[in-house]
Amino acid sequence: MNAIRDLGFRTVSLVAHLGRVTAFVGEIGRSTVAPPWRFRRFVAELYDVGVLSLAIVCLSGATVGAVLGLQGYVTLSRFGAEGSLGAVVGLSLVRELAPVLTALLVTGRAGSAMAAEIASMVTTEQLDGLRMMSVDPVDFVVKPKALAMLCAMPLLNGLFIVFALFGGYLVGVELLGVDGGTYVSSVEQSINFEDDILGTLLKSVIFGALVGIIATYRGYTSEPTSAGVSAATTGTVVTGSVSILLFDYVITALWGV
Amino acid sequence: MDGVIETEARVQLEGVHLSFGVRPVFRGLDVSFPRGRISVILGGSGSGKSTLLRAIGGLVRPQRGSVRVAGEDVTRLPERELFRVRERIGMLFQHGALLDAMSVYENVALPLREHTRLSESDIAAEVERRLAAVGLPDAGRLRPRELSGGMLRRAALARAIVTDPEIVLCDEPFSGLDPINVRRIEKLFTDLNRQLGISLLVTSHHIPSSLRMADQIVFLHDGVAEAGPPKEIRYHPDPRVAGFFAAELDADAATSEDGQGEEGTRP
Repeated sequence: MNAIRDLGFRTVSLVAHLGRVTAFVGEIGRSTVAPPWRFRRFVAELYDVGVLSLAIVCLSGATVGAVLGLQGYVTLSRFGAEGSLGAVVGLSLVRELAPVLTALLVTGRAGSAMAAEIASMVTTEQLDGLRMMSVDPVDFVVKPKALAMLCAMPLLNGLFIVFALFGGYLVGVELLGVDGGTYVSSVEQSINFEDDILGTLLKSVIFGALVGIIATYRGYTSEPTSAGVSAATTGTVVTGSVSILLFDYVITALWGV
Repeated sequence: MDGVIETEARVQLEGVHLSFGVRPVFRGLDVSFPRGRISVILGGSGSGKSTLLRAIGGLVRPQRGSVRVAGEDVTRLPERELFRVRERIGMLFQHGALLDAMSVYENVALPLREHTRLSESDIAAEVERRLAAVGLPDAGRLRPRELSGGMLRRAALARAIVTDPEIVLCDEPFSGLDPINVRRIEKLFTDLNRQLGISLLVTSHHIPSSLRMADQIVFLHDGVAEAGPPKEIRYHPDPRVAGFFAAELDADAATSEDGQGEEGTRP
């Protein structure tokens, strides 16, 4: 009997939680289409999310590309197919690795910081201070952050791809002796604009929206304690990472990208 | 009740019941705060002074009862409608609640930028005037983390009053202030009240300043309130009320002798 009651309680809690998330997303959407636009705050957040993530994304991209180049070369050379190295590196990056790894990196760096910042604003009554000034915290604090995450993710994804292709080139061409022209033309021929480029764009936009919503929601609904800040930060990284992998599968299964 | 201030209530609470989990804070609280007067809310720690201000601002909603602010029951209004009522209220939070990503100037300018069509030069003049009034004429460029506790609260007070609200809620404005700044803030409250007719609701543990400036004292205990003019409340027949005044005045005297009460510096 207790198990049934427990199951019922959990189900009701889950539905209520999903309802609160939906209402929160609705609030962000409503404030996005209505003035004030808060463009300066959006640009500042874009700097925090995008520019401050550049180093980690570019470095990781180059490293992942280098590893792919090395592994790909070892495998392909067994079959005498080193000339396809560009295609292997390019396709695996554009279709899968770049959007997923970029999203995971940005969740760890910018998403967690976003959640922690909002949660500490809850703890120090800054959001209540805004409410008492008749300023909607969702409009003033949450919207610019969520939109910045949405816009920065595809841009960072693009940079990740560029640096990863460059990393693959360095290892494959400069270190292991694959012909440079072959590498570049292999990348060019294997990557299709509609399936691959638009696909990676779609994934990164969805991941950006996902991470933006999870980070701001976790921060906004955190307990006003230091443990609440910590829980919001950890929760953002865990929920964000799992959601990215889950949605990656769903998007790939539905659209084949 | 004897000693009720004879003027129209600006804020009125009726039958307010509020609990946090199993801990009751208010058990049928009835109290009114008159228009254009200074009301000081006293009570022991955990008696619900801050919660009372938050309920008036619509930041917490009681389980039962009504909280009327300028005639509107804030317990029944949706959040968007509350914004309209809050435009008539300024609130000074206990720890300032300044936005730490902004400078003091930007914090004080924020309500003006959000709710008025003033030009940037007019906003600058208004902000400077308010910062000077609270004794922080040169603090505009500083970040909140660069201020001491007392300075932080004075900057927050400048933000709370910058739009000349009808009602100002102040949560412990004197705690951590040195005697000179207590007098300065006290005079500022009195000036705001006398010159602009602003209704001030102030929670405090600072009995001497409360007795000096209050038109009405509200004493919270056991989830209910005793309200009246300072003299009446100070010599209230209930020993818990009179005992609170005696204990706090003794503590104030001891603090003064020890030279304590200096404006604290944040770590």
